[in-house]
Amino acid sequence: MSAELFSVFYQFADVFAFLILSAAGLAIVFGMMGVINMAHGEFIMCGAYVTVGLVNLGVPLPVAQILAAVTAGLIGVVVEFLIVRRFYKRPLDSLLATWGLSLIVTQSMLLIVGSAVRGIGTPEGSFAIGEYTFSTYRLVLFGCAVAVLVGLYIIFMKTRFGVIARATMQNAAMAKALGARTGRIYAISFGIGTGLAGLCGALYAPTMTLIPTMGATFVVESFVTVVVGGANVLLGTAPAAVFLAMIRMALNASYGQIIGQIGMLFAVILIIRVLPEGLSSVLVRRGR
Amino acid sequence: MISRRRSGTALLGAIVGAATLGVAHAAEPPLKVGLLEDVSGDLAFMGMPKLHGSQLAVEEINKSGGVLGRQIELIHLDPQGDNARYQEFGRRLLNRDKVDVLIGGITSASREALRPIVDRTTTPYFYTNQYEGGVCDANMISMGAVPEQQFSTLIPWMVEKFGKKVYVIAADYNFGQISAEWNRKIMKDLGGEVVGEEFIPLGVSQFAQTIQNIQKAKPDWLLTINVGAAQDSFFEQAAAANLNLPMGSSIKIMLGFEHKRFKPPALNNMHATANWFEEIDTPEANDFKKRWHAKFPDELYINDMGYNAYNALYMYKALVEKAKSTKLEDLRKVIATGDACIDAPEGKVCIDPKSQHTSHRMRLISVGPKHEVTVEKDYGTIQPYWLGQIGCDLTKKNDKDQYTPSHLPSKS
Repeated sequence: MSAELFSVFYQFADVFAFLILSAAGLAIVFGMMGVINMAHGEFIMCGAYVTVGLVNLGVPLPVAQILAAVTAGLIGVVVEFLIVRRFYKRPLDSLLATWGLSLIVTQSMLLIVGSAVRGIGTPEGSFAIGEYTFSTYRLVLFGCAVAVLVGLYIIFMKTRFGVIARATMQNAAMAKALGARTGRIYAISFGIGTGLAGLCGALYAPTMTLIPTMGATFVVESFVTVVVGGANVLLGTAPAAVFLAMIRMALNASYGQIIGQIGMLFAVILIIRVLPEGLSSVLVRRGR
Repeated sequence: MISRRRSGTALLGAIVGAATLGVAHAAEPPLKVGLLEDVSGDLAFMGMPKLHGSQLAVEEINKSGGVLGRQIELIHLDPQGDNARYQEFGRRLLNRDKVDVLIGGITSASREALRPIVDRTTTPYFYTNQYEGGVCDANMISMGAVPEQQFSTLIPWMVEKFGKKVYVIAADYNFGQISAEWNRKIMKDLGGEVVGEEFIPLGVSQFAQTIQNIQKAKPDWLLTINVGAAQDSFFEQAAAANLNLPMGSSIKIMLGFEHKRFKPPALNNMHATANWFEEIDTPEANDFKKRWHAKFPDELYINDMGYNAYNALYMYKALVEKAKSTKLEDLRKVIATGDACIDAPEGKVCIDPKSQHTSHRMRLISVGPKHEVTVEKDYGTIQPYWLGQIGCDLTKKNDKDQYTPSHLPSKS
């Protein structure tokens, strides 16, 4: 019985981690900044490839993963400066620009790195409870997801940068008038967002096949989580992931992956229909 | 270099017969070969060797005088794994470029998207993958292996060696669904039990729940017919969770070269039946591999699709030169004689007149903990007999249909 219970928790944790890690970066870039970043998956892919490249050079996996996230973050800052900066007042055009970026990046990776890269293998470690065996690394992923949520909360709610960043996102002109260097704030926020996308890729790299289009497997889940979370990403993303993970896990377990996927997307349609502002709108209203 | 050229010529000589070599006419327009292979998208890693195999064959054939003295012009388009693009590009190649022959398609979904378009023309179409079998269509010539060559060999062997309970994870489209149907039929005939079947949408990459469903069902072995890079993540995740079950497949190793893409021992204890895998160690195979790697030094693995794509061009050449024509009806007259054969790197392969599928020398391979490949059993040449048995006879009637164990031709 305890095996069954733990199994349910483990499955929930697994889907939750996937949703949070793939959505965290987008929550900032899309949820807070309003940039429809179609290249989100490519930042995830970037994190994965850098991780595998560094591990193949002999760098220990955790170090490689951190460096990969940092790399994706720095690339994000550059991309913000060169491209995204020009589209803050034209969100629909930002969709087109980042989509173009995404196509260019996947095709270039295909040409430069090739169609498939040899994986590095998941870190050793599995444990058994009852008749089931589990991979320890999946629990590490869950831990990382929780850490990302806590980290985001601290950065945006408890630091000076966070206060100014939130002020900038809400009213850039006023923040600027009060002396905030909004350009820099935007660049750093975008960098944090893409860095988190890179972290997602870095964390999942050992468990997946690396191909240039691998980001696509994350993108639907990440957008869906952010949209369901709603306008207030810091409040919305976590409950959205919990909610979607519960639905997906229950359906996966009883009816298989197809129904799991359909059911989750169906739930998303319902939520957007009933709560156009997402889950966070309810939470914020309650809070007031 | 010289020995390479010589063996190439020797192979060619065997195929063509010396007489036809002399008809070269520089002024003849080239033969147009339309090729549709994914070299970007989720299946690019499998499609790239198909393009390479075709390019290698075209280069060799052109160097040694072409087909009936005509050079081959290869027109390759990349449908990027999108079935709508397969149709669009298929129409373009058939109607605008007016190709003499159409080759390609990776997934069975892309093939079925293409087939109705090809059927409206009189252009021959070569499908070069192993697949779930059953297509009885006069326009189509299948170069890859089919279930009676892959499943009727593999599944009894797995049952005998590992036990009667199997769990199936399959990609959720026609290939996975029909392959699973084949498994059900063969397991039933063997008195085995399918303890679980899970169909997975393409693009899904997370398998923690699947792994637990498998452990709950307690199978003796797994049939893994999951498709694409995302779904292949199953192996890594199953290994990390220490699932540790024997696996069998009709597409792993020789087609997806997972043993080269994943770190050992993720693919340990995988079994597959194949007409080609790069580890085949015969003089003909080694010579072929040498030529391939000389042209494409970065190729991670020569997979069976790439190999079949290479053979398709030589088979086409053999047909055209025997028929002295590029017309489909003339080519089919050659096929009807039962004499449409080439000496391929695996050995002699022939097209079966009734089904227009290809005979193959099948071997059962297994993968060890260091991802080394061992040949467990050599079945010799196996004919693609199933379609003929159930009543498909393309020499008499063009059904243009795909049959499965549960969809047989109506008796009339």
